[in-house]
Amino acid sequence: MSATLLIEQLINGLQLGTMLFLMASGLTLVFGVMGLINLAHGSFYMVGAFVTAVTTASTGSFLLGLTAGSLAAAAAGAVVEVLVIRRLYHRSHLDQVLATFALILIFSEGTRWLFGSSPLWLSPPDWLAGSVALPGGARYPVYRLMILAVGVLISAGLYLLISHTRLGMRIRAGESDREMIGALGVDIRRLYTLVFALGAALAGLAGSLVGALQSVQVGMGEPVLILAFVVIVIGGIGSIKGALLGAILVGVVDTLGRVFLPALFGHFLPPSQAAGVGTALAAMLIYVLMAVILAFKPQGLFAAHD
Amino acid sequence: MTDPSTDATVPTAAPRLGRQCLVNAGLLALTLLAPLVAHLLGEAYYVNLATRIVLIAMAGVGLNLALGHGGMISFGHAAYFGVGGYVAGISAFHAFDGSLLLGLPGSDDMLVIWAVALAACGLLALAIGAVSLRTSGVYFIMITLAFAQMVYYFATSWPSYGGQDGLPIYLRNGLPLIDSQQPLSFFLVCFALLLAAMAITARLMGSRFGAALTMARLNETRLATAGISPYPIRLTAFVISAMITGLAGALYADLNGFVSPAMLSWHFSGELMVIVILGGVGRLFGPLAGAIVYVLMETLLGGLTEYWLFFLGLVLLGVVLFARQGVIGWLAGGTPHG
Amino acid sequence: MNILTRAGLGLLMTTAVSLAQAEEVRIGMITTLSGGGSHLGVDVRDGFMLAIDQAGRDDIEVLIQDDARRPDLAKTLSNEFLQRDEVDIMTGLIWSNLAMAVVPSVVRQGTFYLSPNAGPSALAGRLCHENYFNVAYQNDNLHGAMGAYMREQGFERPLLMAPNYPAGTDALAGFKHLYEGEVADELYTQLGQTDYAAEIAQIRASDADSLFFFLPGGMGISFMKQWQSSGVEMPVFGAAFSFDEIIIQAVGSAALGAINTSEWAYDLDNAANRAFVEAFRATHERTPTLYAAQGYDTARLILSALEKAHPDDQDAFREALRAADFASVRGDFRFGPNQHPIQDIYVREVVEGEDGQPTNRLVGLAIEDIQDVYAEQCRM
Repeated sequence: MSATLLIEQLINGLQLGTMLFLMASGLTLVFGVMGLINLAHGSFYMVGAFVTAVTTASTGSFLLGLTAGSLAAAAAGAVVEVLVIRRLYHRSHLDQVLATFALILIFSEGTRWLFGSSPLWLSPPDWLAGSVALPGGARYPVYRLMILAVGVLISAGLYLLISHTRLGMRIRAGESDREMIGALGVDIRRLYTLVFALGAALAGLAGSLVGALQSVQVGMGEPVLILAFVVIVIGGIGSIKGALLGAILVGVVDTLGRVFLPALFGHFLPPSQAAGVGTALAAMLIYVLMAVILAFKPQGLFAAHD
Repeated sequence: MTDPSTDATVPTAAPRLGRQCLVNAGLLALTLLAPLVAHLLGEAYYVNLATRIVLIAMAGVGLNLALGHGGMISFGHAAYFGVGGYVAGISAFHAFDGSLLLGLPGSDDMLVIWAVALAACGLLALAIGAVSLRTSGVYFIMITLAFAQMVYYFATSWPSYGGQDGLPIYLRNGLPLIDSQQPLSFFLVCFALLLAAMAITARLMGSRFGAALTMARLNETRLATAGISPYPIRLTAFVISAMITGLAGALYADLNGFVSPAMLSWHFSGELMVIVILGGVGRLFGPLAGAIVYVLMETLLGGLTEYWLFFLGLVLLGVVLFARQGVIGWLAGGTPHG
Repeated sequence: MNILTRAGLGLLMTTAVSLAQAEEVRIGMITTLSGGGSHLGVDVRDGFMLAIDQAGRDDIEVLIQDDARRPDLAKTLSNEFLQRDEVDIMTGLIWSNLAMAVVPSVVRQGTFYLSPNAGPSALAGRLCHENYFNVAYQNDNLHGAMGAYMREQGFERPLLMAPNYPAGTDALAGFKHLYEGEVADELYTQLGQTDYAAEIAQIRASDADSLFFFLPGGMGISFMKQWQSSGVEMPVFGAAFSFDEIIIQAVGSAALGAINTSEWAYDLDNAANRAFVEAFRATHERTPTLYAAQGYDTARLILSALEKAHPDDQDAFREALRAADFASVRGDFRFGPNQHPIQDIYVREVVEGEDGQPTNRLVGLAIEDIQDVYAEQCRM
């Protein structure tokens, strides 16, 4: 295992981490401000990807598609918030899990009804295709570097939004004392709709960006949803900082585990078995990580509040 | 719908409880009579469908003990259901093969399988619960999910017992004196075990232990002032809950003649929660009502439209938004945990 | 409530109809119509129903149910077909794990099962059965054929990649069986994995001269897109499972140049195939995939056997199926002793079609009359 390959895999891990952060930040924001567990967050990821694919195919512009995808996800988020989610804030986590589980079914099958069963085409635009040389000789896809950059920009943007704007102030106020900001005359219903739509837009953006690298198909949001939950639980639910750290941790651990565990077992098992055992353990690795962290820090690394 | 905590005033509770008993008796009679009639008509399919409902209900009874009575929202009960199933599958595999597992022979005797499934699920839940119960709220939901995912990925990638392809049970495991191959006898066995599981839950919740568990859910501080630590109470309830679900899993594998990682998936954990909530959380007969409604919807909608999951989603959403007490609450009114 | 009542009425009506027509043939199809990967089931169904409709027989009733890719649901539906609807023939399952759950008990209860896709090794060998026919392939056929083709083309160090599950390990074993040479490395990925950056970096760092992979459905789409943008230059080979017409449309230009093996191609030149492709395009306004062709062949095999016998006469109907007396869209088609096909496997290349979209073009024959290795284990 050369140093170049190790560095390349680290970048891969970071890039997966930034992607997960886009998903996780919305989830954790919604939980922090409204106290809501949203299993349907992956559906916004899917909506973003589908709308981006359709828009890009019909207009030929990936940027336009990306915009449309994020906006559509935001719109879907706002509509769902007003029709359904709003009724769930004062309910138990159990009701929230059930209602958003139902929303997954509705979104997935509704998407299939509208767009059909076949996966859709979506590729990075020509100006982002290809790869560049990294120091050390390896080549790295431009598009993945772009995702990394977008992830960093969004993290910075979210930080500024929350710490330096009026909306951010209200969000922080909502996190620490829900009754209080209502008393302060903030239109809390509009604030909640806005936060929910923002989270959905981030998920939609993630889905659109990743859709160009992966398969745009029904159900694409579910694996990433579970990962995003692992991320926010590790980081501490409600904490944006925790989500960022958790996302990078999960991204790097998952990527390196997939590469090194099979190789590790290769030292003392026959190759056919080593691959099987190593891959199996790699699949379990992030859940082990999460269980270990929660066993020692039951509120995650950066607990905001439960 | 009024808030359940203010609803349970003494004068109205008595007639409501009467109505609830009626509904419960009706549910039991329906569950027992429908397959009997089907059997007389020679419709084995409906007998098996009823067995499926009974077993899903039993898994739900297990989850309900943790989730409804104990307030422990486990998003990972598929792990116990699946492990129970794999105990039945692996045991039958070795019995069929004549091979040994850890020096022990397999068995195709259900009594042995049930004992092993109960023990395996109990131990697994003891380990998982011991760690998970240190957390609470959303963290508990997610850590139970994480443990279930570990078991899922392990089963998917472990090649000896079929991995993702699953493990068939060619001949249903047997019972002394009873012909388990015969659909109606197998149904009656499952039905009796469901009743036993419900009786154990009722007995447990009526005891001092149940009172402590309820108090741990409602007001942990008050339990602590009474000098009782909530942790061992919860852990015990969690383990019993997992064992009931695991036994249902072992029977379910025998019903299907097949066990696969799908029994361990987070979708199934979700479905199990849906069934418990659909029936009415913390109600003794809730899981049975939920399982009847859910399985029938799945069976009937699936034949009507390709997009049946869409409509299933709509129905579930309607239940959670507008029928907060679940099916039993809707039929009988009254409060849960009664 | 309304839906439930209507469903109940529907049930009663189908029961009534079945009593009226005792001599009709009932076919139960369980296939994947919802969720991820449902385009395979949709194509099997559409191909199958095209043949049934073309036959114009009003004594054949086809019942179709969706398994949502869940083994336990498939199992329940199969019981429904066997015990309530009393079907004569079952078909439709796409995935090997579902087939393993359903098929052994169906055929042992005396009902015929014809597989339009899944061909797990156990059902070809140890668990083969006189009532089980596979009209598509044993799963290894396409992988083995590619092994033979790549050896013939002179590749010396292929790197192999597949998900870590039984069909994945079987695929690589099948490939190696006919490739017979050294391989650079074997990578096992997670089932359902969507990000392949780590694997691509490993492939780049290896000394392989070619890549053979088995990543069905969405996994293949994700991998091909990421492979293209990685800039690694290496010829890519696979089985048709990652390169059906619908998948390569979703992959786009990244699929161009990939070589894949298939037992069928839409530009295969025979009369039955020309008629099938034309009719399918006319009805569904899309080019059929191999799954549609398999569904079509399955239905045509059933129709050919029904000309000779009713399934109630089990021995005669089984003999009629074994004869495979129908014009397959693949050209030559016959069954081996384990009732799996002995067939030619073709090589296709993904090229740019006239409309600018990627499409498969037939380039030649990979291997003639391939038969699976599991037939030896079959005691019928």
